[in-house]
Amino acid sequence: MLFGAGILLLLLLTGIFFTLLIGSIPAIKASGIKFLSGTSWNPVTGVYGAVPFVIGTLLTSFLALFISLPFSFSISLFLGEYFKKGALAEFLNYATDILASIPSVIYGFWGLLFLVPIVRKFELSFHILPYGVGIFTASLILAVMIIPYTSYLAKEVILLVPQDIKEAAYSLGATRSEVIRKVIVPYSRSGIFAGILLSLGRALGETMAVTMVIGNSNLIPGSIFSPGNTMASVIANEFTEATNDVHLSALIELGLLLFIITGIINFIGNIIIKKLSIKG
Amino acid sequence: MQRRIIKDKLFEIIIIILAMVSTLPLILILFQIVKKGIASINWSFFVNLPQPPGETGGGVSNAILGTFILIVIAGVFSILLGVLGGTFISEYKDKKISELIRLCVNIFQGIPSIVIGIIVYIWIVMPLHRFSALSGGIALGIMMLPLIVKSTEETLRLIPSSLKEASLALGASYTTTMLRVILPAGINGILSGILISVSRVAGETAPLLFTAFGNPFMNFNIFKPVDSLPLLIFNYSMSPYPEWHSIAWGASFVLISFIIILNILTKMVSRKWKTVF
Amino acid sequence: MENGILKILNFYAGYNVKTILTNINLSIPSNKVISIMGPSGCGKTTLIRCINRMHELQPDANFKGRILLNEKNIFETSPILVRRKIGMVFQKPNPFPTMSIYDNVVSGYILNGIKMPRIEKDRIVEETLRKVYLWDEVMDSLHRKGTFLSGGQQQRLCIARAMAMNPEIILLDEPTSALDPKATAKIEELITKIKKSVTVILVTHNTAQAARVSDFTAFLYLGELVEYGSTEKLFTTPKDKRTEEYLTGKFG
Ligand SMILES: Nc1ncnc2c1ncn2[C@@H]1O[C@H](COP(=O)(O)OP(=O)(O)OP(=O)(O)O)[C@@H](O)[C@H]1O
Ligand SMILES: [Mg+2]
Repeated sequence: MLFGAGILLLLLLTGIFFTLLIGSIPAIKASGIKFLSGTSWNPVTGVYGAVPFVIGTLLTSFLALFISLPFSFSISLFLGEYFKKGALAEFLNYATDILASIPSVIYGFWGLLFLVPIVRKFELSFHILPYGVGIFTASLILAVMIIPYTSYLAKEVILLVPQDIKEAAYSLGATRSEVIRKVIVPYSRSGIFAGILLSLGRALGETMAVTMVIGNSNLIPGSIFSPGNTMASVIANEFTEATNDVHLSALIELGLLLFIITGIINFIGNIIIKKLSIKG
Repeated sequence: MQRRIIKDKLFEIIIIILAMVSTLPLILILFQIVKKGIASINWSFFVNLPQPPGETGGGVSNAILGTFILIVIAGVFSILLGVLGGTFISEYKDKKISELIRLCVNIFQGIPSIVIGIIVYIWIVMPLHRFSALSGGIALGIMMLPLIVKSTEETLRLIPSSLKEASLALGASYTTTMLRVILPAGINGILSGILISVSRVAGETAPLLFTAFGNPFMNFNIFKPVDSLPLLIFNYSMSPYPEWHSIAWGASFVLISFIIILNILTKMVSRKWKTVF
Repeated sequence: MENGILKILNFYAGYNVKTILTNINLSIPSNKVISIMGPSGCGKTTLIRCINRMHELQPDANFKGRILLNEKNIFETSPILVRRKIGMVFQKPNPFPTMSIYDNVVSGYILNGIKMPRIEKDRIVEETLRKVYLWDEVMDSLHRKGTFLSGGQQQRLCIARAMAMNPEIILLDEPTSALDPKATAKIEELITKIKKSVTVILVTHNTAQAARVSDFTAFLYLGELVEYGSTEKLFTTPKDKRTEEYLTGKFG
């Protein structure tokens, strides 16, 4: 029975992969390699090029990562080095915990009613077309959403840095910030990298919050303030309204692409974490 | 020297400020949810069905019930399989196949939830030709699986093997040993793993978009579409009507409260029922 | 010792291709305490784990030969039955953490699905706990978990757990190595007492302990049974040079 359960888990994952693969066949037959190189996505004319969404996905995810890094890095140093205990640490721990458990649809809702107007004002004052929604807004929300993940993993590896090598550096006259930069960060580099990878995996596949604030345009975004779509958001938008089999299949193929990309990223991240033997 | 000390202090201050600023969105979000959420919550909010825009007194009883139904289905689907799977990889930890399953489970955990939605659409919705609570529940169940497997394995790994030997040495069968000695000893970890997984999926929307689909009416039939709080928040917040927005705030408040309560409960369970070896 | 309760005949055991025990022949008389001593790694644990068929639970275990319990080969009996007749106590106390003290004592019955009336259970619990000198200490907290007890009390509870099944033989694998001297003394005292109702096989590192409590002693060295006989004889006039060296502390 135990063995059966184990096998079932394996079958489930391989089943997911093959289901996506088989579901993509009509689209692969219809578009072939153009699916990956085409810059236009138009279900009405039956043209399915995923480039706008791949760009949208990469742009939002990396922008979010870029925005969130200083913050998550600070949190991990705060909790892993400066203040391991105390009321503020406790508060920060709770805060990141709750931040991680807020549903993405609520992030999206909040973004829509709170962040979008702010971004619009900002765009107005800089004479950018004031959509409010768009790649940038989506990245902001995503940044908030991934902070708890990156900071948690980074904190765990920073806590693993042995006391004696820190003390060795202090005894040579280094200041705390120097110890952090010259000893702690190099020592925990691969763990921090794994944390960033796993957060990136989350950001790439995040759907609801992004769908709600990205503006849902199927064109290649002209700037980070333009509306766009990610692979996940276009699936969310068009799946139930798919006009024909090829359209549905093209959306499934997007899902397959997303599955493969996040699968690879998680695979690498987990291997690193396993090497460091921390709990992920 | 002086400059180095100033630089050091500056670094620390920046770290503290950035860390604290990161909690700002949380405070803002919670503040708005509480303020606007409580304002729109009253008795009818919990017992009534949604009303068309413009009318007052609408509620979300259908979504609350739907969330509940979905979670029950998800639990039925995932708890037994997850606990057995976790037990398997902890029992046969050195086997190649366990290594493979562990890797699968980790990859599983990273699958975007929208992809799970597609899968369940193909597996359940297409053959049945309809959106249904059943398919939504299974989608959530698939998302719970990796969490339950991992927490079960981690819990069982901490149980000393001598306990198992003691039971076997008394002549107990392997199954009895697992059911009566090992799993009870790990019950706190397993249970809190289940609770945490419920709190993770309770707010999921993406996998429900084309499975449970949503339903403005009360529905007890698992072969028909149901609403859920996150789906309702999505649909209402994307609408142009302020009345609907305030319903969405209320629903957000209920959902967040539910999730936070689950989190607290999890901590209590894992502390209170902790087995001392 | 021709009519021993337990006879180990031409017995070999090991892991993978490695042989740990070579050609063990040992006949154990009933209602006596038999010590098995020897330096670390010589195969003491392996040997007693063969006696209740726990050895074969390890995936890479191998063995060859016969072990007779009351003239019947244990390898032709169901392991579950063997283990009910041959109880075991481990090096580190390991009461079941989710069960009360009371349930721990009758856990053998619980785990084997044997139903008994309450009075019968009460009787077994009291009787067994008295046997291991634990009754007075725990009679007021029978329904609390066993894990709050001291190490020595926990170990006596584990002995009670094995004794409650009325085994014919009880195997003790260094039962006092995790305990302080006072708790050790208590356990040694109860060992000499319980032999009235059960045959005791005691693995120990400690030669003094073997001398104090056992009637017969076996000396195991590098997986070989070097010498076996009455404790008095073995300690006063060891026949083998290696036994003598071990007893005088030349190795191990
Ligand atoms: N599972 C196993 N796989 C392979 N070798 C093992 C295993 N268990 C024990 N051994 C080896 O078998 C030999 C005998 O081990 P055993 O535990 O029987 O010794 P022991 O006399 O009880 O030692 P100690 O006094 O330290 O408890 C040792 O060399 C040990 O390394
Ligand atoms: Mg041993």
